[in-house]
Amino acid sequence: MTKENYRKERIDRCIKARSDDIYAISSKNEIFYLLFPRVIPITALAILALILPLYWQKVIISACIFAMLAVSWDFLSSCGMLSLGQALFFGIGSYIAGILNHYLHLPFYITIPFATIFGGLFSTLLLLPVVRLRGIYFAMVTLILPLMLMRGIEATRIFGGNEGITGLSPFPNIWVELIIIITAMWVTLFALRRFISSDYGLIFVSIRDNDRATMASGINIYAFKAQALFIGSCICAFCGAFMTHSYMFTGIPVFTMEFSILPIAASAIGGIGSLAGPLLGAFVLVPLSEILREFGTLRVVFYGLVLVICVVALPEGIFHYLSRKYNEMERWVKIE
Amino acid sequence: MFVYGLINSAVLALMAIGFNLTFGISGVANFAYGAIYVVSGFLTWSLINKLNIPYPLSALSTIIIIGILGALIYRFIIKRIRGLVISEVIATFGISIVILEFLRYVGFIGFKYSLPMFVSGSVEILGAYVDIQRLLIIGFVILLIIALYIFTHHTKIGRAFRGIAQEEHTSLSLGINPDWIASLSMGLGSSLGAFAAIVILPLGTITVDGGYDVLINALSVCIVGGLGSTFGIIIASVIIGYAQTLTATYLAPHWTMIVSLFAILVILVFKPSGILGHQKELEERV
Repeated sequence: MTKENYRKERIDRCIKARSDDIYAISSKNEIFYLLFPRVIPITALAILALILPLYWQKVIISACIFAMLAVSWDFLSSCGMLSLGQALFFGIGSYIAGILNHYLHLPFYITIPFATIFGGLFSTLLLLPVVRLRGIYFAMVTLILPLMLMRGIEATRIFGGNEGITGLSPFPNIWVELIIIITAMWVTLFALRRFISSDYGLIFVSIRDNDRATMASGINIYAFKAQALFIGSCICAFCGAFMTHSYMFTGIPVFTMEFSILPIAASAIGGIGSLAGPLLGAFVLVPLSEILREFGTLRVVFYGLVLVICVVALPEGIFHYLSRKYNEMERWVKIE
Repeated sequence: MFVYGLINSAVLALMAIGFNLTFGISGVANFAYGAIYVVSGFLTWSLINKLNIPYPLSALSTIIIIGILGALIYRFIIKRIRGLVISEVIATFGISIVILEFLRYVGFIGFKYSLPMFVSGSVEILGAYVDIQRLLIIGFVILLIIALYIFTHHTKIGRAFRGIAQEEHTSLSLGINPDWIASLSMGLGSSLGAFAAIVILPLGTITVDGGYDVLINALSVCIVGGLGSTFGIIIASVIIGYAQTLTATYLAPHWTMIVSLFAILVILVFKPSGILGHQKELEERV
């Protein structure tokens, strides 16, 4: 509905203004207003994980993995690093966990933390020479590297070559899996959100907004970019290590485009720049592609269509739309 | 050896020209390029075998139809998100997925899908037997590059193209409509993709997966040569073409892709704008 000579004005709801700082704890309403959008998804996911059948529990696990990849992508892009290769970090974590488990027979509670830290370290060192590159040029390097590693493993036949490493030790049962991944996901999301809104996180955002101005303020942006890379790639390496044990397999498929494209698609649909948006996007996309599975190859067509329509018609993303409706009110104002 | 390297280079150059034209003028990285290439192959095949239209006519109409399709994609989808790099990449990649997977669903798979050669037969050059079709590709590339040069330097629309590529706001003030030019460039780029498909595809069968390979090849040639630079493309396709042929002969076919990927990596690290790209030092790195 549009009116002639009127424009739409958006202002924050009163309760939003009241609950912005510490005084929020003075009243039940404000506490409820703050907790509602955070507690509902957490409980809903926990309940779903409890009641759904095994197949859909597996879907939840993969949705959580993609959600973490997407959150990490969004974190990197908030720090001015546009990555087209989450598969690189993911694959490195997966291979480290797989190698440790296969050759040294270490249990999963040692391989996963080890793969997380050293996967992050290794990815950071690998990308350190190119942190100077900006925008699309950095993106292309991250797009190329996983493809190269994939072909390299194919050609040199190290670590199982084409077949990969199979028969790795699984988790004791599905509940351990669910608890680990869901906890990790929420911790990642809220920790990163807290981190990026702190004073320290502000530097990362300022690098994205204007890197030369940040340099001019006397900040060593390469050190900060390396830190951001380490944090982002640790998250992905954790996902990779987790999935290695979940599927009892690691191999070339961990470097496929799917692990790079889907997080970006989830971020585009959910809303870039909020960290929660990509998570929401992943929880829309992954179940959607499961539901569409019965259509065979046509599901990929639907999938592409959803992507194009969302990007063109809803450029701000679902999360920004919802948060606007929740936090702001709209009214028509006469143009003078 | 020498001849095959040259032919490989010509094929790469032909694949890359359409992609490069669109990127160089409108700045849109058209990730649907591979899909457009494959669609043109199937469209020509259908026109010839289903509607019994003679080959030259169906090739020509394919080029025109695909050109219009490209312009429409720009008008209805990319125009709305122009300038948002991530959105552009996602949208064009989404279009590419939609087109290619739909073709796979409809069932365009098999050996019967191949286009006729212009001239069949082969000749002996420097001790190697070469199909005449492969030689024609080299000729077409040279012709195409000359034609493009004349088009961009001596016609009104071509000059408008270059104007938009160099300074969009100034050309806007001179009465050039950037949206119109960008959709034209997208249409022309798609037409060139269709042309490349019609020339190259007779060498093999048309496959859906070929679309992704074409995209990777076009991207690597464009990056190495410099996005938006036509002569950079020629140099880059010669380098990559020979590198691929050499590795395929002396190492193993497995390594060909690694060689082109490694070439991209080296170029990106040391000179991100490519061999002949315009140096924009501060836009590439800090």
